[in-house]
Formats: sequence, structure tokens, C-alpha cells
Amino acid sequence: MSVKKNLKGLTASLLLTPYLLLSSYLLSKGLQANEFEVSGKVGIEQRQFFSSNQYEHQFNQSQVSIFIEPELYWNWNEGSDSLTFKPFYRLDQQDDNRSHGDIREFSYIHASDNWELRAGIRKEFWGVTEFQHLVDVINQTDSVEDIDGEDKLGQLMLNLSLVRDWGIVDLYILPGFRERTFGDEKSRLRAPFIIDTDHIEYESSAKEQHVDLVARWSHSLGDVDFGTYWFHGTNRDPIINLKQQDNGIVLGQYYSQMDQFGLELQMIVEDWLWKFETIYRDTKFEHFWATQSGFEYSFIGVFDSAIDLGLLMEYSWDSRGEGRVGNRDKRGASFQNDVFFGSRLAFNDMQSSEVLVGFSADLDHNAFSFLVEANRRLGDNFKASIDIRLFQSNNPIDQLYSIKNDDHAQLSVEWYF
Amino acid sequence: MKMNKIITTLFATLALTLVTSTSFATTPQERGLAISHETKARDKGWTDSTANMMMLLRNKQGQESTREIKIKSLELDNDGDKSLTIFNKPRDVKGTAFLSFSHPVGADDQWLYLPALKRVKRISSRNKSGPFMGSEFAFEDLSSFEIEKYTYRYLGEEPLNGLNNFMVEQVPVDENSGYTRRVVWVDDTEYRIQKIDFYDRKNSLLKTLTYVDYKQYLNKYWRANSMHMINHQNGKSTELKWDNYAFQTGLKDSDFNRNSLKRVR
Repeated sequence: MSVKKNLKGLTASLLLTPYLLLSSYLLSKGLQANEFEVSGKVGIEQRQFFSSNQYEHQFNQSQVSIFIEPELYWNWNEGSDSLTFKPFYRLDQQDDNRSHGDIREFSYIHASDNWELRAGIRKEFWGVTEFQHLVDVINQTDSVEDIDGEDKLGQLMLNLSLVRDWGIVDLYILPGFRERTFGDEKSRLRAPFIIDTDHIEYESSAKEQHVDLVARWSHSLGDVDFGTYWFHGTNRDPIINLKQQDNGIVLGQYYSQMDQFGLELQMIVEDWLWKFETIYRDTKFEHFWATQSGFEYSFIGVFDSAIDLGLLMEYSWDSRGEGRVGNRDKRGASFQNDVFFGSRLAFNDMQSSEVLVGFSADLDHNAFSFLVEANRRLGDNFKASIDIRLFQSNNPIDQLYSIKNDDHAQLSVEWYF
Repeated sequence: MKMNKIITTLFATLALTLVTSTSFATTPQERGLAISHETKARDKGWTDSTANMMMLLRNKQGQESTREIKIKSLELDNDGDKSLTIFNKPRDVKGTAFLSFSHPVGADDQWLYLPALKRVKRISSRNKSGPFMGSEFAFEDLSSFEIEKYTYRYLGEEPLNGLNNFMVEQVPVDENSGYTRRVVWVDDTEYRIQKIDFYDRKNSLLKTLTYVDYKQYLNKYWRANSMHMINHQNGKSTELKWDNYAFQTGLKDSDFNRNSLKRVR
């Protein structure tokens, strides 16, 4: 399956050939003042699970993986033209699907005074909240990387960005869709059934070739920053369907078409950062509103030290409400009435040490999670991180129920070059 | 005779006025303000600048750590400067960039770009007193000098580095400043800052910043090649070394927005 994935990556790079030719032409044209840089990171990561596996075939305790993410960067015409190539590969000891590669970025940018053209494989992040990224919609989630939804697959795009006095307007054409990644039967942190990465269906007859369109407007007015967009195209969240096969039942993925409105808002009021995100999504099967809102309050230099303390609180609401087990028409949402608390410590020391502690609870039923993320620099070029995640639920309708035995600690060391 | 002496004194005063333009100031407050105006006036018109900065952080035990930073600035006539700070080292923060619109009065507007997440974060500029990149420089020590940010008092004259210096006390207007006051030594020939003593919120001496090896650019603008900050309370120090200073490079307003923040290297 990973061979197939790699082939898809290859197809994506072939699609890029015109951009490459254009870029090499531009490169040769502007050779007099170009810059070339190689940087990147290599890392090793170990996950240690505290309990034995909940489902058959899952590995028992420990998972080691290594990854590499180099970045090649060229610029010319005094930086107004640039090309970035950032491939990624992870080799995982346990999960064949987590052993995977991706082109995170392979893009050309031309910047002019009040407009910018970006073409190629890129990542685009939108949003202001910390515990859920509702409005972030462009890139597919690389969910085998981590369960926090912050790792994304590169997305092929053509993006024209216009800078005006009244804000920035971004227009996107997104040719080509990326399916979500899922772990294999050996993986932990998964649902009871294995999601079959070979059974993919689309609502659109163009399938993964559907061309998605997005328009976004963002602006800053004094202490308020906001962004709003309309997305038309393939829904990044698959619907998981039971499929009868010769060798039993498998879970297939179905990608519907959607229209989505999104809005993000952040306001600074003295030491408070107020945050708000909302989406309205319309698909063939459902239409709903969801919000994520909250604040971050900062104490600068606590206890007469250089340490900054941030307190965070967020609340999630979704008009779909709770799901019901076994009811296909009432799938519900996982963050429908959930509350999040967090505390962030920045030590502001030479090693940039940081600790984030978070807690979440579902207010409708029994489901809690707890996380600690701590990291610091070692020497000049290394960084060490420890992540601890605990999950608790006794209610099968909650997503955490399927990973209730997957409490784990993760230690990683990254070398930057 | 007596009349003559008075007239001579008057002429001498007038001549002095023409030279220093500060003699009309009578109170220490007015004199301090006048010196600061002159410092600011002599540095007007640079339009825009780019420079590389190397930070050398040293702790009490002598352990060292370096930071490599590029700074682009744009001078604005009717507002504070705009600046873009780009991090190159340590390598784990490479590509991180910081955009700031400073204002003479009120909070600055600041955004931070985190390249790993491709995320632009608006940040609260009330964090003035916090350390910059783990160094002994606070954010406020690196922001652009604006007259309105302080109140002033002239303290006297003192020789330093072979130059005669005015000593001016500056009291921050912003209550979020980490200092009760700063004492600034400015030489009386070119109005270059030679030294600053920083006093913490308890009014005890916290840090001393010395400016070393001034160089003149475009026959007008003086910049120190090196700045040395010593923290007297924790024994740590930070040395700033400037390199590749360039002025009037043609930077525009459009080089200081969210798009350029995400793109800049």
C-alpha cells in the first residue's frame, strides 16, 4: 500500500513538471543574484504505550520510527522569485502505513508589490484557536503522523494573493485531492476496524481529479485580525462505510462534495487574546454549524523570573450534537459540547524550554483527555521533546473510547541542519 | 564695563545656542527632552535599512549560544518604524519571522510566523519586558526609539570613551515596561548613545548596555558595530554584532505585511 502511496506522490511530482520547467527557465534568467540553501531535520521518535493493545493485531507496547525532512530553497531576482522543495519520509517499526513519504512542499512563488503568485505543492494554515483547527481546510490531514491533526499532506495549488488597503484576498485553484492517511491493522491509536486505504469512493465523477476552488479575505484592523472564506470542493473528512468483501467486512472511505463558509477572529484586549472560529458546511448528507471559541491570558515574568505563563480555555460546539452508536443518520460530531483547559510555560532561557499542559472533557458524556508537551533545545542543533497523552472514556459513542487503552509517552530527538 | 560683560555673556549664550540648540532649555526636564530630540533628529531620513545581527549569549559558567538574525526596517514619518526580523539560527527556529509596527503611543502591532505550522500568530505587544530569544535583551530594548515613549531629565555631563557625554534619565511612559528608568550617555559631538544603565522595577541596577565601534553610513547615520549587554543581577551577558548594514535599499510598505512575513528569508 505504501508503494501505491509513493506512486501517487510521483504522479503529483509529474504534474509539477511544467512549473519546474518554468522555474528552471526563470532560474537561468536570474542566475546573477540567486541564493541556494539546504536545511532540514532528521529525527528519531519512540512511543511507549502504557497498556496492552485493545484490538487484535495491534502491536503491544513500543513503536520506534525515524524521519527526514530536508528543505531545498532557491531565490533569485533579489528574493522576488523563489522555489522550495521539501520532501518528507518516515520509516516506522510497527505500522506499514506510517512508513510513508510525502512532498510537503514543492512550490514556486513570484512576489510583486501588491500581488503574489504561488504555484505547486504547498501547505496553508488558517485559524486562531489551539485545541481544534476548525477553519483550516486546504490540506488533508496526515493522520498517521499524529492524532492532533496538525500534520498535513502537501496540496497541489495555484494561489493568487492580492494585497489591498482593505486586506489580503487569496484565490485558490486546487487541482487534485489527497486521501487521508490511516494506520494499518498493527497500529495503535485507531478505531476498532481497519480503514481500507484501497476502497475509496467519491461523490464527484471526477473523483480525486476534482478541481476545488477557494476565495478568502483576511485583514487586520487595530487589535482585531480576521479572515473569512468560501470553499467549494471535495470534503477532506471522509465518511467511513462498511463494505462487504470476499474476505469479510472492510471499512471504505467516501469523500463527498462540500461548500464551506469559514470565519476566524482574534482580538487583543490587554493581556487577553480572544479567539473565535466558526464553519458552516453543506454536503449532500448534512449541513451544520460548528464553533471553537476561547481565550489565552498571559502572565509575563511570573514570580519575578523570565518565565511567561499562558492560561488557555476553549469551548467547542457543533450543531450535529452527539452521535448515536449504530445509527448511520446520527453520526454526530466528536467536539459537540467539549471544553478545553491549557497552560503554557515559556521559560525564555537559552534552550527555549517550553511546557504545555492540556485537559479536555466532553460535557455530554464520559470522555476526558490529558496531554503534556515539553521541549527544549540541546546544544545548538538538537531539540528534544516529550509528549504524554492520556485518554479516558466509557462511552462507545466517543472517539476516545476506541483509543482508551492507548495512553502513551513519546520521546523524540530532532537534529536540525 | 559691567554692561560689556553682560553683552559678551549674552553673545556667548547665543553662540552656544546656535551650536547645541539646547541652551534655551532651562529645566533639567526640558534639557533632557531637547537632547533626545536632537538624537532623534540626527538619525532622521535613513528611509529604510537592512542588517545582519549575530547574538552571542553567555551564561555565568561561560557557556555560549549563538543566534543569527536579519532585520529589515522601514522609517515612517508620521508613525513608529515597521520592522521585519528573520531568524536563521538556532536552526530549529530557521524561517521564523517577526513583523512589528511600532507606534510612539500605545501598543505596537506584532505578528509571529511559525514556518513548521505555516501559521501567522498575532501576539500581544504588552510583553515588552520579556527576554528576546533567551538573551539579556528585552523586546523593548530592541524596539525603535520614539520620543513619546519616555519622559526625560538631564543629569549632567560625564566623559566616557574619550568623549564628553550628556547623561539623560529616561522614564518609560508605558506601565508594562520592565524598567523604572534608564540612564543614557550620549556624546556631545555626534549625539550617539554610548551607554545605557537599566534599572529594574525595584529601581536597582539591572543591566548595562555599551555601544562599541561606531561607523558612519551615508555620511550621516551612525551605527555601532557591536553592543554589549551585561546583566548585573544574574551574571549573564549578550553581545550583538552587526554586519552588512545597508540604507535606502528601496524597501517599500509592501515588504512589511503578512504575505512578506510568510515568504521572507
